[in-house]
Amino acid sequence: MVQQLGYLPESASQTAGPYVHIGCTPNFVGIHGIYAEDLGATPFPEDAPGQRITLTGVVRDGLGKTLNDVMVEFWQADAQGRYGPGAQGFARRASNFETGEWELKTIKPGAVAGMAPHIGVWVVARGINIGLQTRLYFEGDDHSKDPLLTRLEHQNRRDTLIARDTGNGTYRFDICLQGDGETVFLDM
Amino acid sequence: MTLMPRNRANHPLPYAPGYKSSIPRSPKLALVSGAPTATEQTGPVFGHELIGKLDNNLILNFTGEPAIGERIIVHGRVLDETGRGVAGALVEVWQANAGGRYRHKKDGYLAPLDPNFGGCGRTLTGADGSYEFLTIRPGAYPWPNGVNDWRPMHIHFSVFGQSFGQRLITQMYFEGDPLIARCPIVNTIPDKAAIDRLVAPLDMGRALPHDCLAYKFDIVIRGNRQTMFENRMEGL
Ligand SMILES: [Fe+2]
Repeated sequence: MVQQLGYLPESASQTAGPYVHIGCTPNFVGIHGIYAEDLGATPFPEDAPGQRITLTGVVRDGLGKTLNDVMVEFWQADAQGRYGPGAQGFARRASNFETGEWELKTIKPGAVAGMAPHIGVWVVARGINIGLQTRLYFEGDDHSKDPLLTRLEHQNRRDTLIARDTGNGTYRFDICLQGDGETVFLDM
Repeated sequence: MTLMPRNRANHPLPYAPGYKSSIPRSPKLALVSGAPTATEQTGPVFGHELIGKLDNNLILNFTGEPAIGERIIVHGRVLDETGRGVAGALVEVWQANAGGRYRHKKDGYLAPLDPNFGGCGRTLTGADGSYEFLTIRPGAYPWPNGVNDWRPMHIHFSVFGQSFGQRLITQMYFEGDPLIARCPIVNTIPDKAAIDRLVAPLDMGRALPHDCLAYKFDIVIRGNRQTMFENRMEGL
């Protein structure tokens, strides 16, 4: 016999289910009066320095169908490449019930510790048994030294992590859960 | 602090055909692994000013009038894999009402809405990682999957640790519920012991006589290890 290491196993994930909004964005589904505003509604104060950008996207399943019940969370650095303070840089969006679109108005993050500017993204929904972690990089930035993008074995999948510049500070980032053009998901 | 690698054996399989929705929504290709960076290592810190007085009281937080159902306390601790209590962790919960109906336009189940039950709550853990909710026992409900599939009584939990890489959404089940073993969503988890860890025992030590029963549900999130060598100077 030896001593016990004493680590605890992580609790198992379970799907967020179709009613994730009730807990995470109740005002979005018309449950008002419990929380003044949904968590992560605005990632930065109005006077935060930096370039204003608008991100939009949808999440599609393996058959190309747009998910209209997905929740996406974002975690990003400020324009100087610093995380925080507090919950600054965190945002949460539910996709539109009809179109499946989400939209996030934020500021363009600065580069952090040798990595190209990017936003951490976490996706949950009915049918997703454990939250999916990915990243949103920006078209037009220099990605030639980014440690993650440069070491992807399948370089033809790299564009799945890069939001398309659609002009005037808007970027498009569609996520594909499965099949052709499957987004690179991370275990980091 | 450094995040410990996630042990996927503790988790459900992404593709679990018994749960039909997972079939088109599970990635087919391998996850790309890497050491956590500042993006995964840091995370939002929520302050106590976020939390309203009744946020963790689902019996009263919707209208101020009490919701219908069996009154229960749900309490426990948020710990990480190293065994440390995680202080200041944001815990959000949502659930069906006592009849098994959600306040959501996509839920058309026969059971009626309770005008005094919203169905969500949140709290921040204390210094030792402890949290507490007052709520009603949610009802089991049928759902479209197999012809006659029912969800066991459950409460959905969303947990933030100190790092974005610790994000976890899970569900709490109730001791003794015969629907647990039959549930296709529960059974996306291949490891029976991992399922058992999601089942909260009745805790008469925390029940309040003539008031409510209690269930204890500890949640373990990914470990953040800390060693004296962690922040060593460059070149040492
Ligand atoms: Fe549920």
